[in-house]
Amino acid sequence: MTSQTAAKLERLAAEGRPALIGYLPVGFPSVEGSIEAAKTMVDAGVDIVELGVPYSDPVMDGPVIQRATEVALKGGTRVRDAFTVIEAIGAHAPQVPVLLMSYYNPVLRYGVDAFARDLAAAGGAGLITPDLIPDEGGPWIEAAKTHDLDRVFLVAPSSTPDRLALTAAAARGFVYAASHMGVTGARDEIDLAARTLVDNTRAAGADHVCLGLGITTADHAAAVGAYADGVIVGSAFVNALSVDADWASRLDALQAVAGHLADGVARARRKVL
Amino acid sequence: MTIPLSQQPGPYFGEFGGRWVPEAQVAALDELEAAYRKAIADPSFHEELRTLLRDYVGRPSPLTEAPKFAMACGGEAGNRVFLKREDLNHTGSHKINNVLGQALLAKRMGKTRLIAETGAGQHGVATATAAALLDLDCVIYMGEKDTQRQALNVSRMRLLGATVVPVTIGLRTLKDAINEALREWVAELAQTHYLIGTVTGPHPFPEMVRGFHNVIGEEAREQILARTGRLPDALVACVGGGSNALGLFNAFLDDEDVAIHGFEGGGHGIESGLHSARFSGGVPGVIHGARSYLLQDEDGQTLPSHSISAGLDYPSVGPEHSWLHDIGRATYRPITDTEAMAAFQVLSRAEGIIPALESSHALAGAMKVGTEMAAAGKRDQVIIVNLSGRGDKDVATAAKYFGLLDEGVKLGPEGGELQ
Repeated sequence: MTSQTAAKLERLAAEGRPALIGYLPVGFPSVEGSIEAAKTMVDAGVDIVELGVPYSDPVMDGPVIQRATEVALKGGTRVRDAFTVIEAIGAHAPQVPVLLMSYYNPVLRYGVDAFARDLAAAGGAGLITPDLIPDEGGPWIEAAKTHDLDRVFLVAPSSTPDRLALTAAAARGFVYAASHMGVTGARDEIDLAARTLVDNTRAAGADHVCLGLGITTADHAAAVGAYADGVIVGSAFVNALSVDADWASRLDALQAVAGHLADGVARARRKVL
Repeated sequence: MTIPLSQQPGPYFGEFGGRWVPEAQVAALDELEAAYRKAIADPSFHEELRTLLRDYVGRPSPLTEAPKFAMACGGEAGNRVFLKREDLNHTGSHKINNVLGQALLAKRMGKTRLIAETGAGQHGVATATAAALLDLDCVIYMGEKDTQRQALNVSRMRLLGATVVPVTIGLRTLKDAINEALREWVAELAQTHYLIGTVTGPHPFPEMVRGFHNVIGEEAREQILARTGRLPDALVACVGGGSNALGLFNAFLDDEDVAIHGFEGGGHGIESGLHSARFSGGVPGVIHGARSYLLQDEDGQTLPSHSISAGLDYPSVGPEHSWLHDIGRATYRPITDTEAMAAFQVLSRAEGIIPALESSHALAGAMKVGTEMAAAGKRDQVIIVNLSGRGDKDVATAAKYFGLLDEGVKLGPEGGELQ
């Protein structure tokens, strides 16, 4: 009963660097395309993959990811396709933990225990739940325990100390700290509040805290990686895949973005001599 | 001790309701709940709201007996029908009750800005009205499709000083406008109150919005007792999100002998797939912060809804209705577009009252309920129908539907609002 994700974060910490966690939506631009994109991202230095299940009402997502998941849904992507993509990544890169990110209604509709069972069977590491707070998370937490999966809940700059403690206690793998109050998407700067949130979440009992929302550049990744266990990037990858170019060029762009961000996390904790 | 049905607090109504939200919203919801509890314990808040409802909205709204319309509702068995006239409120519907309550609360919380979703524009217009009255900034999110269908209401909101933001993602209708308002709320919490327009959303919204509309049923109860000396046999209302319905129902929930009927948008009929009948065609799920009946596919993706009345055109329903449905305290049935339009015409001609398309579903429901009661051998039944809004906004739809336009004449936009 160990967390694949936590083990990976600890191994990287021992090497002196944070993890680069890369998000892609399942089915964008097609199920096969999302498999190729995930493999490309992993080969270019992404340590942990976060796969998004497309959903009709994504309240935590900004325009870039909204458009991409809309394309995935219009293309007929099903919830169960997520398991296919996880298996493909696992076959390509068994050392890379793959977390799903899903809004809760698709999980509820699939059946919470059945979802956990199929996620575990596909080799998934766990689930990130952007619109599920631990207060409502009883059935999911039960199912995740039964199937030995990570439970990644979010905290936000508005979370009180009590809520940080509640969330840290309910989570396994890591706690996902949202860098600012808002949705996914590129930001020029990462708020100073982000560091405070990571520190406070650790103080509230979290073993591992990764930071996401708005992280776009290698400099962001280096700055955030100095204090967070992992740096979560989504829109920057999806943007690379969204440009108006042939598929090979888009994969090249994705590879380049992943490479830059990997350089960023590599220098995050390097001492300046 | 059992809690009376009419005082059921959030967050849960049986297995429905709750807070299915991003963590970032929790602090705001806690702040709102605390402010709401403090306000309703403060006589000066009630006094302020009561004064506005009387002098600005025109409450109490009349209870009008509709004897000729009753002839279509089992009148031969002596049935009497009374209309609760929310259509006579300022801005033309019940919406203003909740809007003024929440806007006053927002002022108390030190917020300077209101945001709201709107479908056809009635809730947006009511919110823009309250913002103008109380000197608050106002931004209304509206699906791009609705801004085109409802150009006139967009102009009304802008005349009142509000900013209208067209939402261009998803189905570009009401549900997407709610998503966008929720996103914006989280990003601008310090100054902003999200003024939800119906009894849905995360706790405390369903309980709070019910509280602000409770005045409908309280007045109706007093009025019907004064007029008939007894409680009604049946209550009838249309149910989109369900705020006008709960507003009427709540004051009677603990009176077991009062039958309670909600009517949903049946669109082209359940079998057509083009409807907004959550209780006939949906299963429980979570959306917009609450667990409730929901039109969804087998993957949990929200399905498009349909109703000729924009106010009933919503894929989910207030969680308290789901609970009242499951415990059997209220029944919910669909009314097709055709049935609603027939009732629209009957009331207009029989009583000289042009109802909103939403309320026309309630009227068609009353025709059904009254006829059924008469057929069951009951006599002299008293029915209260919530006439939740007036039909001015629906004249274009009706004119087209009934072919009333002279050739070459064009009318304005169509539609209604989530009731």
